[in-house]
Amino acid sequence: MKLLQADHVSVTYRIPGRAPLKAVNGVSFELQPGDSLGIVGESGCGKSTLARAIMGLQPLSGGTLSYQGRNIADFNRQEAKEYRRKIQMIFQDAVGSLNPRMTVRQTLEETLRVHRMVKPDQIGHRIDELLDYVGLPGKVLGSYPREMSGGQCQRVSFARCLALTPQIILADEPVSALDVSVQARILNLIKELQRKLGVTIVLISHDLAVVRTICEKVSVMYAGEFVESGNTLQVLDHPRHDYTKHLLEAVPDVGRALRANGI
Amino acid sequence: MSKPLLEINNLRIRFTRDGKILTPVRSVSLRVSDGERVAIVGESGCGKSLTAMSITRLSPTDMAMVDGEILWRGQPLLGISQRELQKIRGRQISYVFQDPTASLNPVMRVYRQVTETMQGVDKAEKIRHTADILAKVGLPDPMRAALAYPCELSGGQQQRVMMSMALAANPELLVADEPTTALDVTTQKQVLDLMDRLADERGMALLLITHNLGLVAGRMERVYVMYAGEIVESGPVSEVLTSPRHPYTRGLLAAVPLLDAPPDRPLQDIPGTVPSPDAWPEGCVFAPRCPYADDHCRQCHPELRCGNNRECRCHKEIF
Ligand SMILES: Nc1ncnc2c1ncn2[C@@H]1O[C@H](COP(=O)(O)OP(=O)(O)OP(=O)(O)O)[C@@H](O)[C@H]1O
Ligand code: SF4
Ligand SMILES: [Mg+2]
Repeated sequence: MKLLQADHVSVTYRIPGRAPLKAVNGVSFELQPGDSLGIVGESGCGKSTLARAIMGLQPLSGGTLSYQGRNIADFNRQEAKEYRRKIQMIFQDAVGSLNPRMTVRQTLEETLRVHRMVKPDQIGHRIDELLDYVGLPGKVLGSYPREMSGGQCQRVSFARCLALTPQIILADEPVSALDVSVQARILNLIKELQRKLGVTIVLISHDLAVVRTICEKVSVMYAGEFVESGNTLQVLDHPRHDYTKHLLEAVPDVGRALRANGI
Repeated sequence: MSKPLLEINNLRIRFTRDGKILTPVRSVSLRVSDGERVAIVGESGCGKSLTAMSITRLSPTDMAMVDGEILWRGQPLLGISQRELQKIRGRQISYVFQDPTASLNPVMRVYRQVTETMQGVDKAEKIRHTADILAKVGLPDPMRAALAYPCELSGGQQQRVMMSMALAANPELLVADEPTTALDVTTQKQVLDLMDRLADERGMALLLITHNLGLVAGRMERVYVMYAGEIVESGPVSEVLTSPRHPYTRGLLAAVPLLDAPPDRPLQDIPGTVPSPDAWPEGCVFAPRCPYADDHCRQCHPELRCGNNRECRCHKEIF
């Protein structure tokens, strides 16, 4: 069975006194367990609105989103709660997404406790396991977000997200605020989580090379629509839609630039 | 050899904070010749912006202890008065920064900001003048843009307004500090193409500050790689990016995701993080993150070694 299926999903913003804005327009895709889908596009193309819709936080104006064959709009409260645990989101601003008054240990403990993920006497053990997954040393447990680097905070958000054993991780520009050396570490982490835990990844990014590194499938979004979708290498190496070509041409890629200059 | 346009020697920038002395810029020497395109690359917090600001003593470097030498066409800038600097700033040396929204006044129409220093000129003339210079940076509908408030323009349009202001006086050097980091790639390309074209037409030199190696590879002639307040490597772009010598430069290149890499190419990360400017390690600053570090590296600070247009600050000839 399909894990998640979007069938002609549309989201329209209605602002009084203005023409309605179709932020997402007839978008379809499906995810099997273990899939990795990249959604690329420029600012304002509707990526983040789509992410909120997938999370169930944004009512659809058209189409359906189904999780394991059931329309998420039909979920009762219990099911909606369960869905929101199964699908977890990672944000660009890792530092801001953590509670500034909680240490790493408190953040992880609270998540495990509130959602009753493990027996109370297992919490410590589970925290160690989570830190291990995301490659953080035990000594960060006593730190507050402001005492850590952006990359460390992003790993803590991954640990918190994994604490809930999600099936799907939806990451909205998770590395765009990070330096390349740190970005590489988070991208490798995402790959490893995919491999070790079989989590499904939806990666929203404006960076085509990042998506190429992580995702098997890609959809290119422009003005609310998916203009091209398919296998990532196929789409990025042999783009068919003019917008995909245009986007690829604009990317300042090191390898390509050196070659273009005959170096 | 002709005198360089800009020459910085042994620049050091220090601040006092809570009674402690921070040295975010420890040792920077660089040159920009007439019409040359030079980049400074490095990760966040390595001192790129402070270096750029210190050239004409922009805030916060006006409050810092700055030593070393900054020569503009051979004239020392460090000792001169703010009034004399004023003659150079904006006229011979102009700046464009990352965030146009922070540099534009949100409650002032564009033409008033562009013509702020013009005196004895009426409104219609100011609007016409603004529309003229906006047309030169290829802004569509320059008349409308001249009359607009900044928020009515897109990020790319705002950045063009900034660029038109920076270029209005025909500067000899444009210092662009991450000018397109906040923009989409397609807009980024337009803005940078514009900057390139104008630099070409006017023979203006460029000092581009960026963390994006792709921009350096495609558009710049020479590059300085900065790490933790120092230049660690420099040379022609074609050489530095294809045969990097410093382990940090190599690390950066190996960490960048590429559009045409084999799908299984592992991304190499650089372990650890940039040290903070109040706690530079002794010895080589990169040692805590360097795969080749040994005791000698950890104890002894390497000098910048030069030869054949290239410089490298590393004890080891691993290349
Ligand atoms: N006014 C100030 N007082 C004290 N320290 C400062 C001040 N301004 C900047 N710094 C410190 O100096 C260091 C270098 O800052 P700088 O802005 O030059 O970095 P950068 O290389 O431009 O980084 P980024 O890529 O993030 O723009 C940082 O650690 C910063 O915190
Ligand atoms: S001096 Fe030593 S520690 Fe520093 S970069 Fe060279 S090899 Fe690495
Ligand atoms: Mg900066």
